[in-house]
Amino acid sequence: MAKTEKAAVRHTISVEVDNIPGVLSRVTGLFSGRGFNIESLCVGETLDPTVSRITLVTSGDEQIIEQIIKQLRKLINTIRVVDLTTLDHVEREMVLVRVKAEDKSRAEVLRIADIFRCRVVDVSPATYSLEITGNREKTNAVLGLLKIHGILEVVRSGALAIQRAKKE
Amino acid sequence: MKMTGAQILLECWQREGVQHVFGYPGGAVIDIYDELTRCPQIKHFLVRHEQAAVHAADGYARASDRVGVALVTSGPGATNTVTGIASAYMDSIPIIVFTGQVPTALIGNDAFQEVDIVGITRPCTKHNYLVTDIKDLARTVHEAFYVARSGRPGPVLVDLPKNIQQVAIVPEFPDLKHIKIKSYQPTYDANPRQLKRALELILEKERPVLYTGGGIIHSNASAELLEFAETLQIPVTSTLMGLGGFPGVHPLWMGMLGMHGTYCANMAVSQSDVLIAVGARFDDRVTGRLDAFAPEAKIVHIDIDPSSISKNVVVHIPIVGDCKNALHQLNRLLKHEAPRDWAEERRSWLEQIRSWEKKNPLRYKKSKDVIKPQYVVEKLWELTQGEAFITTEVGQNQMWAAQFYRFKKPRRLMTSGGLGAMGYGFPAAMGVQVACPDEIVIDIAGDGSILMNIQELTTVVEHNLPVKIAILNNAYLGMVRQWQQLLYDKRYSQTSLMAQPDFVKVAEAFGAVGLRAEKPEEVEPVIKKALAANRPVVMDFRVEPEECVMPMVPAGKAMHEMLLA
Repeated sequence: MAKTEKAAVRHTISVEVDNIPGVLSRVTGLFSGRGFNIESLCVGETLDPTVSRITLVTSGDEQIIEQIIKQLRKLINTIRVVDLTTLDHVEREMVLVRVKAEDKSRAEVLRIADIFRCRVVDVSPATYSLEITGNREKTNAVLGLLKIHGILEVVRSGALAIQRAKKE
Repeated sequence: MKMTGAQILLECWQREGVQHVFGYPGGAVIDIYDELTRCPQIKHFLVRHEQAAVHAADGYARASDRVGVALVTSGPGATNTVTGIASAYMDSIPIIVFTGQVPTALIGNDAFQEVDIVGITRPCTKHNYLVTDIKDLARTVHEAFYVARSGRPGPVLVDLPKNIQQVAIVPEFPDLKHIKIKSYQPTYDANPRQLKRALELILEKERPVLYTGGGIIHSNASAELLEFAETLQIPVTSTLMGLGGFPGVHPLWMGMLGMHGTYCANMAVSQSDVLIAVGARFDDRVTGRLDAFAPEAKIVHIDIDPSSISKNVVVHIPIVGDCKNALHQLNRLLKHEAPRDWAEERRSWLEQIRSWEKKNPLRYKKSKDVIKPQYVVEKLWELTQGEAFITTEVGQNQMWAAQFYRFKKPRRLMTSGGLGAMGYGFPAAMGVQVACPDEIVIDIAGDGSILMNIQELTTVVEHNLPVKIAILNNAYLGMVRQWQQLLYDKRYSQTSLMAQPDFVKVAEAFGAVGLRAEKPEEVEPVIKKALAANRPVVMDFRVEPEECVMPMVPAGKAMHEMLLA
């Protein structure tokens, strides 16, 4: 039986790895070498300084995602791989954006910032720099609105995600 | 007592039982080579090209079931090993390549003979290490051995900066029995529930086929496989890597499957209702066009590497575990089943298989005037009673060896299966001969491949390793020519090898024995003479130039769409 063609689905995968040199390159090399996508990737130390956590967003059909997870687990330096998409989880991204804010638009940009609970992190006579946090839908919505006023620069952190605690 | 890094390394090797090392010295490993002069327990074989050191370690590992070791210098010494490492990676062979590196203070400075070999080999090693602290050395070396041989085996590279080899500390050696890596724990024991489900499925089906691969060889599972197949009367086929895992002279044996597999094996897989894959990975050379592969079969897949399962083909019952262990458990479960007359129940399926076998056996047109390459392989089989250790190069020679040397035992065939690296066979044969000094070792070669590592004649002559090389000399880069012949209207683009050295003289120039056969009646005397000589021998068989390997499933076609002889 051949593999069946299925639609690509976005997955957020959390990977705990040994915090030693070269590990990130093993992970990214695996993606490029096997032709998997990386949409975003975040790395940071965990509470245990010998362990780093990589949160990566990728997409593929069921079989590709299964391969990605198996290949990640196969790396000698990989401690744990969790596909958060299959679990109840919270996902956040931070976006820093510099947007034109002159005369008429100055108040409107601030209003958008206010509605979406963004923070103004830098001000100049002709621009505002905003910090947006939220899930992808929210950050994309804000960027969509700000685009009208003229976005000068966007810096995205990529997604971070944490599994929700069991409620009972 | 204080020891230098070089001394610690050799001490680790001895603790791991290393007796033989293949290598080539250079500035960045000179301290290790210096230490070797004081370590008579380890015998070093000086190759004449670093690629050969790795292939030799690979052949050594396959034949002996021990970890093969290669030692080379930094920079070009290291880059020359890459083909050998990639080949070992594709075929899951446990070897360790130790490379010298420039001193840690110079790393990243584009120093003389510096190369980022850890970066280069990251995608083709199971794991690799750069040792930057002498305190890590002993643990790293032992960990490398553990990683190489455990789980799904594979090559490991350890990069050793020169200053690490020179500095001295009082080392601490870890207990070899307790080497553990928290992030690496291979699964050996198959899940009993999955095994039970698999057995239930197999027992209810009528047209089962066992499709086995290199995992049978690596896990030494031949006896368990034989018991399982015989008990349930299941016909067996195998990949190139699995040949010898099941006796090639057994009535349940169907021959190799895939692109140059037998008609019988490919038809049986195509029509099976349950396919039991053991230690194989559904390579494209095996499956042909995927959507037509075993279309009616439920698939059971036993493999130690979870990432091999459902990679190319959807598997119905995945079983992660060591092949030997899983087959042993299946055999045990079988003993609790009510006895059934399997010979009777399988009668019609086995009859069908035998009729395919009869209809299109492996065959070639015999000739009295010109030597057929298949005839040479058949004669080699006959004159060695099928007991020799065979290595191959890559291409037609490899396929004829696989088809006509009916391997009876595991670890008798060493071939670059996954990577298909020309130039593998001869250095691998050298490694096999070191591991098995009293056995007959034959490299079945082509006139193209043999030139890729011919320099190793020096090494075998120096150490009097009596390796036999059988060149099936058709003056072509045969397999590529075959594709051009059959699929590209005979446009032989750059595949004529008419310009070639006199291989008999080449052998003699290196100090080996050179023999030639130009007529069929000369084949047997030449082989006999070669086998009788306790020296390295090159046999130049002038074979039919345009012979093709048949049957053949053209790339991208379904397995039942074979071109037949």
